[in-house]
Amino acid sequence: MRGFWKLAWVEIKMYLRQPQAAFFTILFPLILLFIFGVIYGNKPNPLFGGRGMVDVSTPAYLAMIIASTGLLTITIAVSSDREKGILRRYRATPLRPAALLTSQIVVHFLMTLLGGAILILSARLVYGLRFSGQAGLVFLGFTLSSLSFFAIGFLLASLARTARTAYILGMVLYFPNLFLSGATIPKETFPEALRAAGKFIPLTHVVNLLQGLWFGNPPARYALEAGVLAGLLVVGVVVSAKTFRWE
Amino acid sequence: MNSIPAAAAIEVDSLRKTYGRLAAVDGISFEVGHGEIFGLLGRNGAGKTTTIECLEGLRTRDDGGIRVLGLDPRRDGYELRERIGVQLQQSSLPDDMKVWEAMDLFASYYRKPMPWAPLLERLGIAAKRNARFAKLSGGQKQRLFIALALINDPDLVFLDELTTGLDPHARRSMWDLVRDIRQRGKTVFLTTHFMEEAEQLCDRVLVMDHGRIVALDSPASLIRGLQAETRLLFIADRDFDPAPLRSLPGVTRVLKNGERFEVSGTGERLICIVVNALDAAGVRFRDLRTQQPDLEDVFLTMTREPGLERSER
Repeated sequence: MRGFWKLAWVEIKMYLRQPQAAFFTILFPLILLFIFGVIYGNKPNPLFGGRGMVDVSTPAYLAMIIASTGLLTITIAVSSDREKGILRRYRATPLRPAALLTSQIVVHFLMTLLGGAILILSARLVYGLRFSGQAGLVFLGFTLSSLSFFAIGFLLASLARTARTAYILGMVLYFPNLFLSGATIPKETFPEALRAAGKFIPLTHVVNLLQGLWFGNPPARYALEAGVLAGLLVVGVVVSAKTFRWE
Repeated sequence: MNSIPAAAAIEVDSLRKTYGRLAAVDGISFEVGHGEIFGLLGRNGAGKTTTIECLEGLRTRDDGGIRVLGLDPRRDGYELRERIGVQLQQSSLPDDMKVWEAMDLFASYYRKPMPWAPLLERLGIAAKRNARFAKLSGGQKQRLFIALALINDPDLVFLDELTTGLDPHARRSMWDLVRDIRQRGKTVFLTTHFMEEAEQLCDRVLVMDHGRIVALDSPASLIRGLQAETRLLFIADRDFDPAPLRSLPGVTRVLKNGERFEVSGTGERLICIVVNALDAAGVRFRDLRTQQPDLEDVFLTMTREPGLERSER
């Protein structure tokens, strides 16, 4: 794994050098938090089983951060690195592909984690966010969800011929995931038909899993969600390993 | 992985690579000696980049044998890339990566990297160490790519179209860098579109066309082998009858156009013979120019497309 740490560190530095990359992972969730926070506050609401708007939204926004990193950031980063010939240059060295891919995953996971931490901290400080789950389990769910959406991102980058196509593909998948999963607008407000349709949206399972673990529901209740995400992860890894192109 | 020191830095035997039905490289064989500057020439699509990428282990060959520094690029790709330096024709670095970060990063990919600060110094971009890649000029980017190709202190350096897109000044300073690399005992394998560059730099050149070798020799031998004519052009101060020049040894053709004269012929002493004859006849001349065949003529002759010749006139 020679080169792995150095590459990860340089990637983090470059990530922080381009503020636009942090928009969807850090700024956008905060904007939503404050907009809905100003409108509804965080008063207990029977619609949300006695929880407040912010209590329900925060784990859902975590799902949104995961989706934006996986479907947008990774898809665009990998395909544009390939299109520019950056991957080609790396390939002309003894750097192992595994080191390159792992460093990408680690860097993007850390950035997703950073976005999540900023969100949780803001919600706690401003709206007194309530947490009734186990931190370890939430972290596990967050990690599984991240990895499976990252795998989809790599898959999209491998399938798209150009960076432009990858960008469009990412956007086309991102917005339905965002709005139909309950990641932005609480599912409790959806009509029944829309909620049923949401079952076929991958991000719905992330929202369900993270909200359930956040509220401290028994983890066994989310076997379906965890299974779907694990399946996506396996499919994403297998297909992108087969279709990945350096150039 | 202890390989027996190979007699040649590169040995290629009947290399073949096809894309669909097109044979990009069609059974070529050659060797490159240690310490040589070896040039690979050919038109676009002649198979140059495919060849160089098979040697670097970035592309797998269909058939034939390759030994680079005694290693098989297909089997020992990673080990080979520890020991070669590569400058690619089309590659890039992230816009926001700084020069020193690129050096530091690439150094971490190798077992035994060189200290990168002196390397930047040697390539004349030490002052740019904190600049981002996107802010570098074309020449500076190319220097950085050479620095990256040298960071593992390689025995063999591949330079694929090193000077394409550079201005004449930058191109000439690249030539000095290439000579400097060889001075340090390394083998250089380069491709170029500039025949002057190949003539200036290369000990030997290989001309490829349609995936095959059409010429392989030193530039001087290739030019001599062409047996092309040298032309002398001059302006005479007074009118004279150039007919006697025709009987001089080696002269094949004499043309007169007003005060302008053109004498064509072959032989190494042609210029001397003609000038002496003019002097003996008391003809004063000025603006004497000679047009000698160069590698470009060799290249154009060797890679000529049959049937295209007439339409180009």
